[in-house]
Amino acid sequence: MTVGRFCFFSMGRPAHPLVVLVALMWASLAVCAANFPVLTGRVVDEANILSAETRTAVTSKLAELEMKSGIQLVVATVVSLQGQEIEPYANELFRTWKLGEKAKNNGVLLLVAPNQRRVRIEVGYGLEGTLTDALSKVIIANAIAPRFKTGDFNGGVSRGVDDIITVLTTDASEWQQRPSLRVDSQPPPDWMRWLLIAVMIALGTLFIVSPGFRWFFLNVALNILLNPGVSRGGGRASSGGGFSGDGGFSGGGGSSGGGGASGSW
Amino acid sequence: MTARISRLRAAFVAILCLTVSACGYNTIPTYEEQAKAKWADVQNNYQRRADLIPNLVNTVQGYAKQEKDVLTAVVEARAKATQVKIDASQLTDPDKLKQFQDAQTQLSGALGRLLAVSENYPDLKSNQNFLALQSQLEGTENRIAVARRDYIEAVRVYNTTLKTFPGLLWASTVFRSNKPMAEFAAAENAQTPPQVKF
Repeated sequence: MTVGRFCFFSMGRPAHPLVVLVALMWASLAVCAANFPVLTGRVVDEANILSAETRTAVTSKLAELEMKSGIQLVVATVVSLQGQEIEPYANELFRTWKLGEKAKNNGVLLLVAPNQRRVRIEVGYGLEGTLTDALSKVIIANAIAPRFKTGDFNGGVSRGVDDIITVLTTDASEWQQRPSLRVDSQPPPDWMRWLLIAVMIALGTLFIVSPGFRWFFLNVALNILLNPGVSRGGGRASSGGGFSGDGGFSGGGGSSGGGGASGSW
Repeated sequence: MTARISRLRAAFVAILCLTVSACGYNTIPTYEEQAKAKWADVQNNYQRRADLIPNLVNTVQGYAKQEKDVLTAVVEARAKATQVKIDASQLTDPDKLKQFQDAQTQLSGALGRLLAVSENYPDLKSNQNFLALQSQLEGTENRIAVARRDYIEAVRVYNTTLKTFPGLLWASTVFRSNKPMAEFAAAENAQTPPQVKF
Protein backbone atom coordinates (compact mmCIF):
# COMPACT_ATOMS: atom_id res chain seq x y z
CA MET A 1 0.00 0.00 0.00
CA THR A 2 2.59 2.52 1.11
CA VAL A 3 5.05 1.27 -1.45
CA GLY A 4 2.49 1.90 -4.14
CA ARG A 5 2.09 5.47 -2.97
CA PHE A 6 5.81 6.07 -3.29
CA CYS A 7 5.88 4.68 -6.79
CA PHE A 8 3.10 7.05 -7.70
CA PHE A 9 5.16 10.00 -6.53
CA SER A 10 8.47 8.98 -8.05
CA MET A 11 7.05 8.33 -11.49
CA GLY A 12 7.42 11.11 -14.02
CA ARG A 13 9.22 14.25 -12.87
CA PRO A 14 11.27 14.20 -9.67
CA ALA A 15 9.14 14.84 -6.61
CA HIS A 16 9.47 17.98 -4.57
CA PRO A 17 11.17 17.27 -1.20
CA LEU A 18 8.15 18.68 0.64
CA VAL A 19 5.84 16.32 -1.21
CA VAL A 20 8.08 13.41 -0.26
CA LEU A 21 8.06 14.53 3.36
CA VAL A 22 4.29 14.76 3.46
CA ALA A 23 4.00 11.40 1.75
CA LEU A 24 6.38 9.92 4.32
CA MET A 25 4.27 11.30 7.14
CA TRP A 26 1.13 9.81 5.66
CA ALA A 27 2.93 6.54 5.07
CA SER A 28 4.05 6.35 8.69
CA LEU A 29 0.51 7.15 9.75
CA ALA A 30 -0.80 4.34 7.59
CA VAL A 31 1.73 1.95 9.11
CA CYS A 32 0.74 2.97 12.65
CA ALA A 33 -2.93 2.50 11.94
CA ALA A 34 -2.35 -0.84 10.28
CA ASN A 35 -1.25 -2.45 13.54
CA PHE A 36 -4.70 -3.72 14.39
CA PRO A 37 -6.69 -6.21 12.36
CA VAL A 38 -9.83 -4.90 10.71
CA LEU A 39 -13.17 -5.58 12.36
CA THR A 40 -14.64 -7.67 9.58
CA GLY A 41 -17.24 -9.54 11.60
CA ARG A 42 -18.04 -10.95 14.99
CA VAL A 43 -15.21 -13.45 14.65
CA VAL A 44 -11.94 -12.02 13.37
CA ASP A 45 -9.65 -15.01 12.92
CA GLU A 46 -6.43 -13.34 11.86
CA ALA A 47 -4.27 -16.14 13.26
CA ASN A 48 -6.37 -18.68 11.34
CA ILE A 49 -6.81 -21.16 14.16
CA LEU A 50 -10.55 -21.72 13.90
CA SER A 51 -12.40 -24.00 11.54
CA ALA A 52 -15.05 -22.63 9.22
CA GLU A 53 -17.82 -24.45 11.13
CA THR A 54 -16.74 -22.96 14.44
CA ARG A 55 -16.59 -19.52 12.92
CA THR A 56 -20.14 -19.79 11.57
CA ALA A 57 -21.53 -21.35 14.73
CA VAL A 58 -19.91 -18.78 17.04
CA THR A 59 -20.91 -15.89 14.77
CA SER A 60 -24.58 -16.87 14.88
CA LYS A 61 -24.43 -17.25 18.66
CA LEU A 62 -22.92 -13.79 18.98
CA ALA A 63 -25.48 -12.26 16.63
CA GLU A 64 -28.26 -13.79 18.70
CA LEU A 65 -26.70 -12.37 21.86
CA GLU A 66 -26.62 -8.88 20.41
CA MET A 67 -30.17 -9.15 19.16
CA LYS A 68 -31.46 -10.23 22.55
CA SER A 69 -29.41 -8.02 24.84
CA GLY A 70 -27.57 -5.43 22.76
CA ILE A 71 -24.25 -6.78 24.00
CA GLN A 72 -21.50 -6.87 21.39
CA LEU A 73 -19.19 -9.79 22.01
CA VAL A 74 -16.39 -10.20 19.51
CA VAL A 75 -13.82 -12.98 19.20
CA ALA A 76 -10.42 -12.07 17.81
CA THR A 77 -7.32 -14.11 17.20
CA VAL A 78 -4.12 -12.26 16.32
CA VAL A 79 -0.80 -13.35 14.91
CA SER A 80 1.21 -10.90 16.97
CA LEU A 81 0.71 -8.55 19.91
CA GLN A 82 3.11 -6.02 18.35
CA GLY A 83 5.59 -6.64 21.15
CA GLN A 84 3.13 -5.54 23.83
CA GLU A 85 1.66 -7.36 26.79
CA ILE A 86 -1.80 -8.71 26.05
CA GLU A 87 -3.52 -6.33 28.50
CA PRO A 88 -2.65 -2.99 26.85
CA TYR A 89 -3.03 -4.53 23.40
CA ALA A 90 -6.52 -5.84 24.18
CA ASN A 91 -7.55 -2.49 25.64
CA GLU A 92 -6.35 -0.56 22.61
CA LEU A 93 -7.94 -3.02 20.21
CA PHE A 94 -11.22 -2.76 22.14
CA ARG A 95 -11.12 1.01 21.95
CA THR A 96 -10.19 0.99 18.28
CA TRP A 97 -13.12 -1.26 17.47
CA LYS A 98 -15.41 0.61 19.89
CA LEU A 99 -17.32 -2.49 20.93
CA GLY A 100 -20.69 -2.05 22.58
CA GLU A 101 -23.14 0.81 22.51
CA LYS A 102 -21.70 4.22 23.21
CA ALA A 103 -24.06 5.03 26.05
CA LYS A 104 -23.89 1.58 27.67
CA ASN A 105 -20.33 0.48 26.91
CA ASN A 106 -21.65 -3.06 26.76
CA GLY A 107 -18.96 -4.74 24.69
CA VAL A 108 -16.76 -7.75 25.39
CA LEU A 109 -13.65 -8.86 23.52
CA LEU A 110 -12.25 -12.38 23.67
CA LEU A 111 -8.71 -12.06 22.39
CA VAL A 112 -6.47 -15.03 21.61
CA ALA A 113 -2.78 -14.71 20.76
CA PRO A 114 -1.77 -18.29 19.93
CA ASN A 115 1.87 -17.47 19.23
CA GLN A 116 2.29 -15.81 22.60
CA ARG A 117 0.08 -18.45 24.25
CA ARG A 118 -1.97 -15.70 25.87
CA VAL A 119 -5.70 -15.16 26.06
CA ARG A 120 -7.72 -12.28 27.49
CA ILE A 121 -11.33 -11.36 28.11
CA GLU A 122 -11.57 -7.58 27.94
CA VAL A 123 -14.81 -6.24 29.40
CA GLY A 124 -16.40 -2.88 28.60
CA TYR A 125 -17.16 -0.42 31.40
CA GLY A 126 -20.87 -1.21 31.39
CA LEU A 127 -20.46 -4.96 31.94
CA GLU A 128 -17.78 -4.90 34.62
CA GLY A 129 -20.38 -5.56 37.29
CA THR A 130 -21.77 -8.62 35.52
CA LEU A 131 -18.74 -10.23 33.92
CA THR A 132 -16.35 -9.52 36.78
CA ASP A 133 -12.61 -10.01 36.78
CA ALA A 134 -12.96 -13.10 38.96
CA LEU A 135 -15.60 -14.66 36.68
CA SER A 136 -13.53 -13.89 33.59
CA LYS A 137 -10.57 -15.57 35.22
CA VAL A 138 -12.65 -18.63 36.07
CA ILE A 139 -13.87 -18.89 32.46
CA ILE A 140 -10.33 -18.68 31.15
CA ALA A 141 -8.96 -21.15 33.69
CA ASN A 142 -11.76 -23.71 33.37
CA ALA A 143 -13.21 -23.47 29.87
CA ILE A 144 -10.50 -22.02 27.67
CA ALA A 145 -6.96 -22.70 28.87
CA PRO A 146 -7.26 -26.51 29.34
CA ARG A 147 -8.59 -26.94 25.79
CA PHE A 148 -6.00 -24.62 24.30
CA LYS A 149 -3.34 -26.67 26.09
CA THR A 150 -4.32 -29.71 24.07
CA GLY A 151 -4.39 -27.64 20.87
CA ASP A 152 -8.19 -27.59 20.69
CA PHE A 153 -8.72 -23.94 19.76
CA ASN A 154 -12.19 -24.56 18.30
CA GLY A 155 -13.42 -26.20 21.48
CA GLY A 156 -11.82 -23.61 23.73
CA VAL A 157 -13.26 -20.65 21.88
CA SER A 158 -16.79 -22.13 21.56
CA ARG A 159 -16.87 -23.18 25.18
CA GLY A 160 -15.44 -19.83 26.33
CA VAL A 161 -18.04 -17.93 24.30
CA ASP A 162 -20.82 -20.15 25.70
CA ASP A 163 -19.69 -19.47 29.26
CA ILE A 164 -19.38 -15.72 28.70
CA ILE A 165 -22.88 -15.64 27.21
CA THR A 166 -24.21 -17.63 30.15
CA VAL A 167 -22.70 -15.17 32.62
CA LEU A 168 -23.97 -12.19 30.65
CA THR A 169 -27.51 -13.42 30.22
CA THR A 170 -28.32 -15.12 33.53
CA ASP A 171 -28.94 -11.94 35.46
CA ALA A 172 -30.31 -10.06 32.50
CA SER A 173 -32.86 -8.14 34.56
CA GLU A 174 -30.09 -6.62 36.60
CA TRP A 175 -27.91 -5.19 33.87
CA GLN A 176 -30.85 -3.98 31.83
CA GLN A 177 -31.92 -1.73 34.65
CA ARG A 178 -28.47 -0.50 35.42
CA PRO A 179 -28.05 3.10 34.28
CA SER A 180 -25.32 3.67 31.78
CA LEU A 181 -22.20 3.83 33.84
CA ARG A 182 -20.28 6.33 31.91
CA VAL A 183 -20.61 8.56 28.91
CA ASP A 184 -17.28 9.89 27.82
CA SER A 185 -17.92 13.26 26.29
CA GLN A 186 -15.75 13.93 23.31
CA PRO A 187 -15.09 17.29 21.71
CA PRO A 188 -16.02 17.53 18.02
CA PRO A 189 -13.16 17.06 15.54
CA ASP A 190 -11.11 20.11 14.60
CA TRP A 191 -12.30 20.53 11.02
CA MET A 192 -15.89 20.63 12.19
CA ARG A 193 -15.10 23.59 14.44
CA TRP A 194 -13.43 25.51 11.64
CA LEU A 195 -16.30 24.72 9.30
CA LEU A 196 -18.69 26.04 11.91
CA ILE A 197 -16.70 29.25 12.25
CA ALA A 198 -16.67 29.74 8.49
CA VAL A 199 -20.42 29.20 8.24
CA MET A 200 -21.03 31.57 11.16
CA ILE A 201 -18.95 34.32 9.59
CA ALA A 202 -20.55 33.83 6.19
CA LEU A 203 -24.06 33.94 7.63
CA GLY A 204 -23.17 36.92 9.81
CA THR A 205 -21.80 38.86 6.86
CA LEU A 206 -24.84 38.03 4.75
CA PHE A 207 -27.10 39.09 7.58
CA ILE A 208 -25.43 42.47 7.82
CA VAL A 209 -24.88 43.13 4.14
CA SER A 210 -28.05 41.89 2.45
CA PRO A 211 -31.53 43.04 3.49
CA GLY A 212 -32.98 40.22 1.43
CA PHE A 213 -31.18 37.61 3.50
CA ARG A 214 -32.29 39.30 6.74
CA TRP A 215 -35.87 39.08 5.56
CA PHE A 216 -35.43 35.47 4.55
CA PHE A 217 -33.74 34.58 7.84
CA LEU A 218 -36.43 36.19 9.96
CA ASN A 219 -39.12 34.48 7.91
CA VAL A 220 -37.55 31.08 8.41
CA ALA A 221 -37.06 31.72 12.12
CA LEU A 222 -40.68 32.81 12.52
CA ASN A 223 -41.85 29.78 10.57
CA ILE A 224 -39.94 27.41 12.80
CA LEU A 225 -41.23 29.13 15.93
CA LEU A 226 -44.84 29.13 14.80
CA ASN A 227 -45.09 25.61 13.33
CA PRO A 228 -42.81 23.49 15.45
CA GLY A 229 -44.26 20.22 14.19
CA VAL A 230 -43.60 20.66 10.49
CA SER A 231 -39.93 21.31 10.10
CA ARG A 232 -38.62 19.15 12.92
CA GLY A 233 -39.39 15.67 11.69
CA GLY A 234 -37.20 12.64 11.99
CA GLY A 235 -35.11 13.21 15.04
CA ARG A 236 -31.77 11.60 15.56
CA ALA A 237 -31.17 7.96 14.88
CA SER A 238 -29.66 6.25 17.89
CA SER A 239 -26.07 5.16 17.53
CA GLY A 240 -26.56 1.88 19.34
CA GLY A 241 -25.95 -1.64 18.23
CA GLY A 242 -23.81 -1.05 15.26
CA PHE A 243 -24.97 -4.07 13.32
CA SER A 244 -26.34 -2.71 10.11
CA GLY A 245 -28.21 -5.32 8.13
CA ASP A 246 -26.12 -7.55 5.88
CA GLY A 247 -23.82 -4.71 4.89
CA GLY A 248 -21.20 -5.10 7.55
CA PHE A 249 -20.36 -5.13 11.17
CA SER A 250 -18.98 -2.29 13.24
CA GLY A 251 -18.61 -1.25 16.83
CA GLY A 252 -21.21 0.99 18.41
CA GLY A 253 -18.85 3.41 20.16
CA GLY A 254 -18.28 1.63 23.47
CA SER A 255 -15.14 1.78 25.55
CA SER A 256 -13.30 -0.28 28.12
CA GLY A 257 -11.18 0.63 31.10
CA GLY A 258 -9.22 -2.58 31.45
CA GLY A 259 -11.78 -4.82 33.13
CA GLY A 260 -11.59 -8.57 32.64
CA ALA A 261 -8.84 -11.11 33.05
CA SER A 262 -5.99 -12.71 31.15
CA GLY A 263 -4.42 -16.12 31.21
CA SER A 264 -1.90 -18.31 29.46
CA TRP A 265 -1.66 -21.96 28.64
CA MET B 1 -33.17 54.60 11.70
CA THR B 2 -32.33 54.01 15.34
CA ALA B 3 -34.36 50.82 15.29
CA ARG B 4 -32.29 49.64 12.39
CA ILE B 5 -29.05 50.38 14.19
CA SER B 6 -30.13 48.63 17.38
CA ARG B 7 -31.17 45.62 15.34
CA LEU B 8 -27.78 45.60 13.68
CA ARG B 9 -26.15 45.86 17.07
CA ALA B 10 -28.13 42.91 18.40
CA ALA B 11 -27.13 40.87 15.41
CA PHE B 12 -23.52 41.85 15.92
CA VAL B 13 -23.56 40.77 19.56
CA ALA B 14 -25.19 37.47 18.65
CA ILE B 15 -22.56 36.83 16.01
CA LEU B 16 -19.77 37.79 18.41
CA CYS B 17 -21.03 35.33 21.01
CA LEU B 18 -21.19 32.51 18.47
CA THR B 19 -17.78 33.35 17.07
CA VAL B 20 -16.16 33.47 20.50
CA SER B 21 -17.57 30.10 21.47
CA ALA B 22 -16.51 28.64 18.14
CA CYS B 23 -12.98 30.03 18.38
CA GLY B 24 -12.05 27.80 21.26
CA TYR B 25 -13.19 29.75 24.27
CA ASN B 26 -14.70 26.53 25.59
CA THR B 27 -11.73 24.34 24.76
CA ILE B 28 -9.59 25.08 27.80
CA PRO B 29 -12.30 24.49 30.43
CA THR B 30 -13.49 21.39 28.56
CA TYR B 31 -10.07 19.78 28.44
CA GLU B 32 -9.40 20.82 32.02
CA GLU B 33 -12.55 19.10 33.21
CA GLN B 34 -11.73 16.03 31.14
CA ALA B 35 -8.28 15.77 32.69
CA LYS B 36 -9.76 16.17 36.15
CA ALA B 37 -12.27 13.44 35.45
CA LYS B 38 -9.49 11.15 34.29
CA TRP B 39 -7.63 11.91 37.48
CA ALA B 40 -10.69 10.91 39.46
CA ASP B 41 -10.56 7.58 37.61
CA VAL B 42 -6.92 7.11 38.55
CA GLN B 43 -7.61 7.86 42.17
CA ASN B 44 -10.70 5.62 42.22
CA ASN B 45 -8.75 2.68 40.93
CA TYR B 46 -6.00 3.13 43.48
CA GLN B 47 -8.70 3.35 46.13
CA ARG B 48 -10.21 0.15 44.82
CA ARG B 49 -6.87 -1.56 45.22
CA ALA B 50 -6.56 -0.24 48.76
CA ASP B 51 -10.03 -1.60 49.51
CA LEU B 52 -9.06 -5.08 48.39
CA ILE B 53 -6.02 -5.26 50.63
CA PRO B 54 -7.53 -5.87 54.12
CA ASN B 55 -9.39 -8.89 52.76
CA LEU B 56 -6.26 -10.18 51.07
CA VAL B 57 -4.16 -9.71 54.18
CA ASN B 58 -6.73 -11.57 56.27
CA THR B 59 -6.81 -14.48 53.86
CA VAL B 60 -3.04 -14.77 53.69
CA GLN B 61 -2.79 -14.47 57.45
CA GLY B 62 -4.93 -17.54 57.88
CA TYR B 63 -2.36 -19.68 56.04
CA ALA B 64 0.94 -17.90 56.53
CA LYS B 65 1.05 -16.38 59.99
CA GLN B 66 4.84 -16.55 60.10
CA GLU B 67 5.19 -14.02 57.29
CA LYS B 68 4.55 -11.25 59.77
CA ASP B 69 7.08 -8.80 58.30
CA VAL B 70 5.64 -8.93 54.81
CA LEU B 71 2.09 -8.61 56.08
CA THR B 72 2.89 -5.63 58.31
CA ALA B 73 4.74 -3.95 55.46
CA VAL B 74 1.61 -4.20 53.28
CA VAL B 75 -0.66 -2.86 56.01
CA GLU B 76 1.66 0.06 56.72
CA ALA B 77 2.19 0.91 53.07
CA ARG B 78 -1.58 0.84 52.56
CA ALA B 79 -2.16 3.18 55.49
CA LYS B 80 0.40 5.59 54.13
CA ALA B 81 -0.95 5.41 50.58
CA THR B 82 -4.54 6.09 51.58
CA GLN B 83 -3.44 9.19 53.46
CA VAL B 84 -2.08 10.89 50.36
CA LYS B 85 -5.08 12.25 48.47
CA ILE B 86 -4.94 14.78 45.69
CA ASP B 87 -7.97 16.83 44.87
CA ALA B 88 -8.44 18.28 41.43
CA SER B 89 -7.04 21.71 42.27
CA GLN B 90 -3.69 20.23 43.31
CA LEU B 91 -2.98 18.59 39.98
CA THR B 92 -0.71 21.43 38.95
CA ASP B 93 1.63 20.74 41.86
CA PRO B 94 4.42 18.34 40.82
CA ASP B 95 5.60 17.75 44.41
CA LYS B 96 2.21 16.64 45.58
CA LEU B 97 1.87 14.33 42.62
CA LYS B 98 5.26 12.82 43.28
CA GLN B 99 4.30 12.22 46.90
CA PHE B 100 1.19 10.36 45.75
CA GLN B 101 3.18 8.40 43.24
CA ASP B 102 5.84 7.39 45.77
CA ALA B 103 3.29 6.20 48.31
CA GLN B 104 1.51 4.07 45.70
CA THR B 105 4.77 2.66 44.36
CA GLN B 106 5.71 1.61 47.85
CA LEU B 107 2.40 -0.16 48.23
CA SER B 108 2.90 -1.89 44.87
CA GLY B 109 6.27 -3.17 46.07
CA ALA B 110 4.89 -4.47 49.36
CA LEU B 111 2.01 -6.17 47.55
CA GLY B 112 4.38 -7.76 45.08
CA ARG B 113 6.39 -9.25 47.94
CA LEU B 114 3.24 -10.53 49.59
CA LEU B 115 2.14 -12.29 46.42
CA ALA B 116 5.62 -13.71 45.89
CA VAL B 117 5.63 -15.10 49.42
CA SER B 118 2.19 -16.62 48.89
CA GLU B 119 3.70 -18.88 46.27
CA ASN B 120 5.25 -20.95 49.06
CA TYR B 121 1.90 -21.99 50.53
CA PRO B 122 0.11 -24.56 48.37
CA ASP B 123 -2.98 -24.51 50.61
CA LEU B 124 -3.25 -20.76 50.26
CA LYS B 125 -2.75 -20.92 46.51
CA SER B 126 -5.68 -23.27 46.11
CA ASN B 127 -7.97 -21.30 48.41
CA GLN B 128 -10.97 -20.08 46.38
CA ASN B 129 -11.18 -16.79 48.21
CA PHE B 130 -7.51 -16.13 47.59
CA LEU B 131 -7.86 -16.95 43.91
CA ALA B 132 -10.78 -14.57 43.53
CA LEU B 133 -8.90 -11.83 45.37
CA GLN B 134 -5.87 -12.41 43.23
CA SER B 135 -7.82 -12.01 40.00
CA GLN B 136 -9.52 -8.89 41.35
CA LEU B 137 -6.17 -7.44 42.32
CA GLU B 138 -4.77 -8.30 38.91
CA GLY B 139 -7.75 -6.62 37.24
CA THR B 140 -7.39 -3.56 39.42
CA GLU B 141 -3.72 -3.21 38.59
CA ASN B 142 -4.65 -3.33 34.94
CA ARG B 143 -7.36 -0.72 35.42
CA ILE B 144 -4.84 1.48 37.19
CA ALA B 145 -2.51 1.17 34.22
CA VAL B 146 -5.31 2.08 31.79
CA ALA B 147 -6.54 5.00 33.93
CA ARG B 148 -3.01 6.35 34.24
CA ARG B 149 -2.50 6.14 30.50
CA ASP B 150 -5.77 7.98 29.92
CA TYR B 151 -4.87 10.64 32.45
CA ILE B 152 -1.42 11.20 30.96
CA GLU B 153 -3.03 11.60 27.55
CA ALA B 154 -5.68 14.02 28.87
CA VAL B 155 -2.98 16.14 30.54
CA ARG B 156 -0.97 16.15 27.34
CA VAL B 157 -3.97 17.43 25.39
CA TYR B 158 -4.77 20.06 28.00
CA ASN B 159 -1.20 21.31 28.33
CA THR B 160 -0.81 21.43 24.56
CA THR B 161 -3.97 23.50 24.26
CA LEU B 162 -2.58 26.01 26.73
CA LYS B 163 0.59 26.35 24.70
CA THR B 164 -0.71 26.38 21.13
CA PHE B 165 -2.93 28.59 19.00
CA PRO B 166 -5.80 29.40 19.48
CA GLY B 167 -5.81 28.18 23.08
CA LEU B 168 -2.73 30.28 23.77
CA LEU B 169 -4.74 33.46 23.22
CA TRP B 170 -7.35 32.46 25.76
CA ALA B 171 -4.73 31.11 28.17
CA SER B 172 -2.92 34.44 28.19
CA THR B 173 -6.07 36.53 28.57
CA VAL B 174 -9.23 35.10 30.07
CA PHE B 175 -7.79 31.91 31.58
CA ARG B 176 -4.68 33.43 33.10
CA SER B 177 -5.10 31.37 36.27
CA ASN B 178 -5.03 28.07 34.35
CA LYS B 179 -1.63 26.46 34.81
CA PRO B 180 -0.38 23.40 32.99
CA MET B 181 -0.93 20.20 34.95
CA ALA B 182 2.05 18.31 36.29
CA GLU B 183 3.19 15.41 34.15
CA PHE B 184 2.54 12.06 35.73
CA ALA B 185 5.87 10.36 35.17
CA ALA B 186 5.65 6.65 34.60
CA ALA B 187 7.60 5.00 37.40
CA GLU B 188 9.63 1.99 36.34
CA ASN B 189 7.74 -0.49 38.47
CA ALA B 190 4.35 1.10 38.72
CA GLN B 191 3.48 0.43 35.09
CA THR B 192 3.94 -3.32 35.23
CA PRO B 193 1.42 -4.98 37.52
CA PRO B 194 2.86 -7.36 40.10
CA GLN B 195 3.18 -10.69 38.38
CA VAL B 196 0.50 -13.07 39.53
CA LYS B 197 1.22 -16.54 38.31
CA PHE B 198 -1.06 -19.51 38.55
